[in-house]
Amino acid sequence: MSAITRDEVAHLARLSRLAISDDELDHYATQLDDIIAAVAKVAEVAAEDVPPSSHALPLTNVFRADEVRQSLTPELALSGAPAVEDDRFRVPRILGEEA
Amino acid sequence: MSLIHKTAAELGALIASGQASAAEVAEAHLDRIEQVEPKVRAFLHVDREVTLEQARAVDERIRQGEKLGPLAGVPIAHKDIFATRDMPTTAASKILEGWRPPYDATVTARLRKAGLVILGKTNLDEFAMGSSTENSAYHATHNPWDLTRVPGGSSGGSSAAVAAYQAPLSTGTDTGGSIRQPAAVTGIVGMKPTYGGSSRYGLIAFASSLDTPGPFARNVMDAALLHAAFSGHDPMDSTSIDAAVPDVVEAASNADIAGMRIGVVKEFGGEGYQQGVLNRFHDAVELLESLGAKVVELSCPSFTTALPAYYLIAPSECSSNLARFDAMRYGLRVGDDGTRSAEEVMALTRAAGFGPEVKRRIMLGTYALSSGYYDAYYGQAQKVRTLISRDFEAAFHQVDVLISPTTPTTAFPIGERADDPMAMYLADLCTIPSNLSGNAAMSVPIGLADEDNLPVGLQIMAPVLGDDRCYRVGAAVEKALESRWGGPLLKEAPAL
Repeated sequence: MSAITRDEVAHLARLSRLAISDDELDHYATQLDDIIAAVAKVAEVAAEDVPPSSHALPLTNVFRADEVRQSLTPELALSGAPAVEDDRFRVPRILGEEA
Repeated sequence: MSLIHKTAAELGALIASGQASAAEVAEAHLDRIEQVEPKVRAFLHVDREVTLEQARAVDERIRQGEKLGPLAGVPIAHKDIFATRDMPTTAASKILEGWRPPYDATVTARLRKAGLVILGKTNLDEFAMGSSTENSAYHATHNPWDLTRVPGGSSGGSSAAVAAYQAPLSTGTDTGGSIRQPAAVTGIVGMKPTYGGSSRYGLIAFASSLDTPGPFARNVMDAALLHAAFSGHDPMDSTSIDAAVPDVVEAASNADIAGMRIGVVKEFGGEGYQQGVLNRFHDAVELLESLGAKVVELSCPSFTTALPAYYLIAPSECSSNLARFDAMRYGLRVGDDGTRSAEEVMALTRAAGFGPEVKRRIMLGTYALSSGYYDAYYGQAQKVRTLISRDFEAAFHQVDVLISPTTPTTAFPIGERADDPMAMYLADLCTIPSNLSGNAAMSVPIGLADEDNLPVGLQIMAPVLGDDRCYRVGAAVEKALESRWGGPLLKEAPAL
């Protein structure tokens, strides 16, 4: 039985903001199915009472003083922008036509 | 001996004493790059003028009497995942083609401060996802030992550059083995410092709880000098450890392992391992015993599930990290013709800008984090992560370091695993546990496999902040083997 269907891959691609063609979907569905079948081995480990680790080190939040410091100039911040208008990032429309 | 064959320490000494200038040394390496780069293809970006300018500036700083470290004027190849103000930074992805960061990564800034001269940016698997450097969106890199084979990955450009004498030093990042595995298959030294021991600021993120910058060099001492030059606490990285860097340079010059307790990880060996790799590993165990170490076999049972746990944790973190590539603020933008929404432009850009492995991992991570699967996959993988750390902890109560082969096989042919992700992932079988637990680990060359005459690496794993132990054992192995071989292993590599 396959762990993941083609439709599920299409859904994942949508969630991931990846415009993927139908041909690619088939390819990824097969590969992701193999990978998921392999990584599903973690389920065989008896770990019910084991606490999860999100991180290797016991870290706590780090704070710094809230002081004004030198930061990027608008020119530098915008230096890699695909489109700029009036010292701002110019982006495609975000809301639908009716909005 | 020509400048390109000298160690970094020797070059630093020549420059400090005025017997050679940084510009001269840079020029010799730039010439070497020009000569062998058509075969090796280790670099994504080289700019002779920018490099020579840096070198002349270092010569000037030395002339002014500025107190610089032992690597002042020494050239270095820099993995193209670290932000550099004066050179493009792409992570080998089309989505960042031509991008010039407005700031330097902390590692970059520290290299400059120590007077190292950046020769160029090296190739990698796109966003450091891969074990062969074939996932670069630009071109593959070739292993200097056999140009039909991979140089490992993801830091394959950096390993190839050092093995091909294009640079005496290079930087890498290790998320699941991306420094140690390429070092092993190109016959050089590679070190993954303790997680948090080197700064991630300005390092393009793949899996933030695992990513660790570290050094490549042709010998243990050079690796230690570079390690010391860029490591240490960085207030710009909230996961940076606020503690002194272990004295790796002292450890590299010490090389005394008499009485040291060394554990062989029982789980790493046997089926799936190349016989020649196992033979060299067994030789190394005997060598360590002959040097006075007490070697025992140890079991770390959870290490067998490290690989599946990693391929849930790393893709989960990557799916979140790579969301920043949204076509809005920097990098590629595709399909913005005035009719499409931001979301459509985003999806088209990401489809055009990311390669297949990156897309696979983003989708896999999105899957592992989705509701309904979270507990079974990501949550369970995090528990396995705890078990792996516990295995390390228990082992380090009994021994000072653990050892294993660095990789199950020697360098594989280019193309062999390119479209078989699971086969590719196996290259990191032995290196992944140290990333999940955050401890220090190194790969040092221990000879050539009998079947193919390709380099084999020994992995040395030490506790968190026990980086110096890796250098001590690595230096001992190197010293003994080089006296047996009559020089470094790289002497055996074919001329390019």
